[in-house]
Amino acid sequence: MAGNGKSGSLWQRLFGDSVRAFGVVSVLFLISLAIAPAKNHFSEWRHYQNQYLKMARGRGEAITLQRHFQGDIQQIWVPDLAVVDRCTTCHVGLKEASLADVGRQPFRKHPVIPHTLDQYGCVICHRGQGAATTVEEAHSSTLAWEQPILPAKYIESSCGQCHQGEVAGTPQLSEGRRLIGRYGCVHCHTVKLPDGTTLKGTDDPPSLSHIADKTTREWIYAWLKNPQAYATTATMPNFKLRDDDARDISAFLIANSTPRDGDTLTLSQKAAADPTAGASLYGESFCASCHAVQNAAGNLVGGDVGPELTRVGNKVKPKWLQAWLRNPRIYDPGTAMPHYRFNDQQVATLSGFLLAKTDSDLLANVHLDPATPEQIAHGKRLVADYGCASCHEIGGIKKPENFAPELGRIGSKPINQLIFLPGMPHTLPDYIAGKVRNPRAFAAGLKMPQYSFTTVQIDAITTTLLSLNERSHTLPPSLMMAATPQSSYEPAGKAGQLMHDLACFSCHRINGHGGDMAPDLTWEGSSVQRKWLQDFLKNPNTLRPVLIRRMPKFNLSDGEINELTDYIMTVYQSPAIDRDSLPLAGYPQVQVEQGRQLFYSKYGCQSCHIIDTKADKGYIGPTLTQVGSRLTAAWIYSWLKNPQTLRSGTIEPNRNMSDEDARALTAFLITQKESGTQEAKKR
Amino acid sequence: MILRWPAVGMVLSVMLCAGCARRAEPPSASKATGFGSALVESSGGKQITAVGMALPQPVVVQVNDDQSNGVQGALVEFSGAAGVAFDPVSGLTDSSGQFTTSVSLDGMAGRYQIVASTVSEAGKKIDLKLEEIALGYQEGLGRQLNEKFCERCHNPESTPERVSNYDNLEVKPHPFSEGDTLNKMSDADLIAIITHGGPALNKSPLMPPYGYTLSKTEIQALIAYIRAVSDPPYKTPGLVYAKN
Repeated sequence: MAGNGKSGSLWQRLFGDSVRAFGVVSVLFLISLAIAPAKNHFSEWRHYQNQYLKMARGRGEAITLQRHFQGDIQQIWVPDLAVVDRCTTCHVGLKEASLADVGRQPFRKHPVIPHTLDQYGCVICHRGQGAATTVEEAHSSTLAWEQPILPAKYIESSCGQCHQGEVAGTPQLSEGRRLIGRYGCVHCHTVKLPDGTTLKGTDDPPSLSHIADKTTREWIYAWLKNPQAYATTATMPNFKLRDDDARDISAFLIANSTPRDGDTLTLSQKAAADPTAGASLYGESFCASCHAVQNAAGNLVGGDVGPELTRVGNKVKPKWLQAWLRNPRIYDPGTAMPHYRFNDQQVATLSGFLLAKTDSDLLANVHLDPATPEQIAHGKRLVADYGCASCHEIGGIKKPENFAPELGRIGSKPINQLIFLPGMPHTLPDYIAGKVRNPRAFAAGLKMPQYSFTTVQIDAITTTLLSLNERSHTLPPSLMMAATPQSSYEPAGKAGQLMHDLACFSCHRINGHGGDMAPDLTWEGSSVQRKWLQDFLKNPNTLRPVLIRRMPKFNLSDGEINELTDYIMTVYQSPAIDRDSLPLAGYPQVQVEQGRQLFYSKYGCQSCHIIDTKADKGYIGPTLTQVGSRLTAAWIYSWLKNPQTLRSGTIEPNRNMSDEDARALTAFLITQKESGTQEAKKR
Repeated sequence: MILRWPAVGMVLSVMLCAGCARRAEPPSASKATGFGSALVESSGGKQITAVGMALPQPVVVQVNDDQSNGVQGALVEFSGAAGVAFDPVSGLTDSSGQFTTSVSLDGMAGRYQIVASTVSEAGKKIDLKLEEIALGYQEGLGRQLNEKFCERCHNPESTPERVSNYDNLEVKPHPFSEGDTLNKMSDADLIAIITHGGPALNKSPLMPPYGYTLSKTEIQALIAYIRAVSDPPYKTPGLVYAKN
């Protein structure tokens, strides 16, 4: 009753008579009207704008900053891309050149990038919610928006949405793409690119159909258990197999292997383990250009085109190795290894040298009983289960289709479809990185093997995977920067076969096809003199003494050399250069002398090149002591005029040389002839 | 029916214990067993990386006693600006007195100061300040160009893949970290020397012009890189206003 009376009296006090009621209702009405402007006034973005103005007042260029400042909500609107970004409401100083030294966000100037803010807005690169006007909504993953801001370390993924090919200034994206190719991720995971193509692997997993010719069951077992124990650089991942499973898979692979004609060789001489001769032949043949070996200090020395050879003696059977050294194309027709023309003696020496490269610990504890039919059958099932045939050709087993999820849009996979590990931040980049780091942790019975990537490599792969997203598939066609399509150039005829046999394309590029370890040979026929090319193929002496990777000596026959020379001189000619337009000799002495002056004083060529082996020291460009016997005058002249048009990407600077200077320098350089020729002939 | 309840109770208690046990696991209960009197850098200072990325090499610091011998078991803690991550952020020094951590920098380009600290026996805090450099897009592009075009002469260090030409040159090029010299040169001077070669500023003619090889954007990127790695740090001259 008392309560009733009290509330009654309150009611009476407020609405007792009509004047009072009118007053109270008016006040309530005013307050409710004030809510909207108050919310606006106390909004987060106004707070930042006020802070910005305060900061601007304390700076030397305050007047400029204040003049540029526009209050209220700002917006970048790009209808074509469905971009409505209000980020510039708080990030006020993004376009102010003078604010590059500001250490705190949101006021710092945007770093220099090749695009402007108005062109694409913000979220195309940074993700987050562009239309939001609070920090939380714009940056974080909320109930209404699950794409949080992309961490800076993955920002290059956004370049990859449009730029499908190589683009300058994005090393991490390029590295990730390289790793995905090199580690063969795409053998199991199809990756459909926006241009309709699929990503291709750049590794070359060996066929296992004839594996028993090559290696032992014990080695296969040890390798399956831990590939990196055999070679730290092995790209094969660790499947974390149980001992029994490794035993059964090795049993199956050996039992399934069929012999291949000619892939074993019995030499007349026993393989001699002469370490000196072996090491020098290994060196002369420049095996280290492609193969690495761990030295005594534990450092890898050599290239990564072919497998590491530190413990190769544990792996290969001697007769197989000898046949391989004789002609690798019998065992693997598509191998990147050249067919050296080694004689029996050389094969014996080199195989002896390689077979001595063993590690007594590797197979010490591997003892396998003869395989039973059950084990072999179980091994076959395991091979199918783990999808070994996705990478390797295995006789009688079909390459599985769609073995693992397609990854063409992994970079925009909705968070509600992901299963996170306990303690893991619930973001897509963390999920992808976690999967790459330790795939089996996500559930029991997962098949994805364990790779031994470093953190930097995981970041690079994650960056690349994030670039494969929905937006990259739905961009306006004008923004799609497709990768240069892979050239399928193959040289024709007998010379073509010879070049294939020598694996020229493993190192050299011609017409866009091939490796980048050695010079591009697309215009080689315009560039070099026939005689020099013949001599070089017979006995390649390096033009750049400081390089580790060099052209090997293939022991070619005269017939083969002529075949190759004819083809190169005829076919690989630049339409822009007439080889015979400038003579190879007979330049007036005055002009030659003028060229010398230009070489040493005006152009300072000796900082990178050597003409006089006693005085000059430049080691960057090729040695020019015998350039007059090597290059054609027409090539030298064109090269001096504009090196990049002849070989794009060369570091020789374009000097914008006058015709006269280029002619004089050509005259000087063409007089730098090989002095040993005559003496060699006399001998 | 009756039997089920104790079973449920047991399961619950086991889960509770498991939960407690996990929580009881000490995340960083490392207690200092040794104390040093000095903290020195072993390696890892002044490294260059891209924004947001881990430094290529770990940062290693060493706690020493008065005789400059390493102290085992001293507690070292790292700290830095928000967004700088350390793995691990603190721990005890090993038998040689060293503590190693991998560091990743935040998303803004520039210099980051990281501080390693340890406590002496008397309870005094000893700090060691290190500087690391994060490159943004433009500086990163400059770094790539530097590796391709400049470094062969401007970096005295050789690697197996790239033999330095520095020693072969009579007039020594300036390494790009040489802030004492390069900070005094204006952007316009640097543009001139890269575009037109050494003679443009009366310097060695062995420095060739790159104005016909590199674009203006690329030259700007190179300069951004040079400024980013200079030691002592480059300070922008600031805007100059005309006075009446």
